[in-house]
Amino acid sequence: MTDHYESAKKFLKEPSKVDWHDETLWWVRKKRDRAAGEVDEWEELREAASNIKERALAELDSNLMEFEQKAIANGITVHWAASAEKHNEIISDLLRERNISRVVKSKSMLTEECGLNPYLENHGIEVVDTDLGERILQWKEHAPSHIVMPAIHLKKKEIGKIFAEKLKIPESDDPQLLTETARQHLRGYFLHSKAALTGVNFAVADTGAFVVCTNEGNADMGVHLADVHIASMGIEKLLPKTEDLAVFLRLLARSATGQPITAFTSHFKKPARGKEIHLILVDNGRSAILGKRGFWKVLKCIRCGACMNTCPVFRKAGGHSYHSTIPGPIGAILAPHYDSEKYGSLPFASSLCGSCTAVCPVKIDIDRQLYAWRQELTRGNGSQLLVSLIGKALQRNKLYDRLGVFLSMIQRRFPWIVNRVLKAYTQSRSLPDVPAESFKEWYKRNRDE
Amino acid sequence: MKIGLFIPCYINQYYPRVGMATYRLLRNLGFKVEYPMGQTCCGQPLGNSGYERYATQGIDHFNGTFRDYDIIVAPSGSCVHFVKEHPGFDSGSGWEIMELSEFLIEMTALEKLKISFRKKVGVLQSCHGLRGLKLGKSSELMQRGASTIVRILKQVKDVRLVQLKRPDECCGFGGTFSVREAELSVKMGEDRLYDFINSGAEVITGTDVSCLMHLEGLILKRKLHLEVKHFSEILMPV
Repeated sequence: MTDHYESAKKFLKEPSKVDWHDETLWWVRKKRDRAAGEVDEWEELREAASNIKERALAELDSNLMEFEQKAIANGITVHWAASAEKHNEIISDLLRERNISRVVKSKSMLTEECGLNPYLENHGIEVVDTDLGERILQWKEHAPSHIVMPAIHLKKKEIGKIFAEKLKIPESDDPQLLTETARQHLRGYFLHSKAALTGVNFAVADTGAFVVCTNEGNADMGVHLADVHIASMGIEKLLPKTEDLAVFLRLLARSATGQPITAFTSHFKKPARGKEIHLILVDNGRSAILGKRGFWKVLKCIRCGACMNTCPVFRKAGGHSYHSTIPGPIGAILAPHYDSEKYGSLPFASSLCGSCTAVCPVKIDIDRQLYAWRQELTRGNGSQLLVSLIGKALQRNKLYDRLGVFLSMIQRRFPWIVNRVLKAYTQSRSLPDVPAESFKEWYKRNRDE
Repeated sequence: MKIGLFIPCYINQYYPRVGMATYRLLRNLGFKVEYPMGQTCCGQPLGNSGYERYATQGIDHFNGTFRDYDIIVAPSGSCVHFVKEHPGFDSGSGWEIMELSEFLIEMTALEKLKISFRKKVGVLQSCHGLRGLKLGKSSELMQRGASTIVRILKQVKDVRLVQLKRPDECCGFGGTFSVREAELSVKMGEDRLYDFINSGAEVITGTDVSCLMHLEGLILKRKLHLEVKHFSEILMPV
């Protein structure tokens, strides 16, 4: 188990980078504020989105059946994967049956969650990530640190270095030059790839269609040039009706990056002549979460990343400090469902400021779930003697008052003891001086003043 | 209307002057207010650390202590938020709990206080008050409206409110978070602090003494010249 605290501390050792990371993401948050502010009915949109998602999740079983039926009728091949392994196996089998040994892939957090890349590489299939940020990470062998801006932890200079090394160009930190180089480099892969993998942002039950959003057009480039399109989708992405998209597409890009809409918003309904579309519906723990009272609303998430940009912990500790596929506030309430020991420190990596909940376009009660997780995660802790004593003292006011007097005396006479016990606090912050008397003592004398 | 004053544990111990200011302020405004002597702590520290289940006896005790009051007033947004959010509180006795600034805005006209405070003041919008109790519109929301504390300070003569770059970013206190993630908490606090300093504030004020204590701790350690006051101390100088 890697404690969030340890990784945060490490990230904080480079103050200039922390400030840069913080300012960069705060800039995105402000961009989001401007974009949201231009929509008069923003708060109504959030409310509508929240309601649609909650209803859709409540009726997920029947929505999925309807979606499957419509998608099949459209000519899409639908696969069901109960687990990450099954998902990877389906893709690997589809590719091997068609003798395909290299694929292009656009951004998909689900394939990250399933560990698809390493799985395919182990089965002799090369994966080329075509999202620029993800391509850089593939070279760097880094995990994404943010779900929308996966390489946000890297500065231009570091990216220039990796380009120089991998593509044999002179080192540069000119974004335009680097992007153009990447375009030329990726074009060859697009042209020669027989299969393209994508994620899914939304699927619609009443039409059997699905939507993929990108800003780089890389999903479209891959899909339109390949014979086989394999799309991976978490079952919670399903919306009941096409008109629901009118709510979500207005919220998604504004919340994510402050754009009115993603540069490419592509609707896929049926395969072009002679081509195939395979859609994999992935559960991988989702239906179990759906059954957990107090926690199921985490499934409303549309993966916009707004909670990361607004979160001071994320901005100042970095996305990698979470060690989970989905980092940030939403990751902190999602990851423990998969491994409560490994990710047990994440719900505590928050001041419970609630900015995430207020920024969330689908109104997930993130801060409340962080709190609820804390109650769950402390159950296995060893001795709970101290907390149980504190609990008892709250009930006995005489004992409580005496304890207060005692602790004040300790701090007054032996400040070093307090400084030692509370070292984590007092190292960089002074405790207030102990006053001559507590409020209660003062009140006793002055109540009738 | 019988008002019970709830003075949270750390205010009782460390900042009795905030309790005094609150008590005197309410009395001066003509309210009948009592401080029930049997009170302890609302149990928020246990809850936020994940030990809510050990707070139940304390919550019962709280309910008993304030049984005979109509309104409970406390100078702390986060404690009031805990009491409001936690289902164990109240249990049918009918009281309502309000954070001090919320109470003042709802219940009284402050003009009669005739206070002047000739300082440049920065407001620390504490998260549990702002986003939890909705004492104002947080910057994430596309709605406008000044927070209760800003509305109150605008009625104080000669106050100059400074503009912060990040008007409602968390200061990083977060109770046990300040110990568990100490370095991060300090970094968050420092960044808030420098926002106040760069905006020219001479005094930092707010609704929550816990957040203010965290910033004051940073100020004292760095020997900076910046005053920290709960807003009740501005309204009722002791």
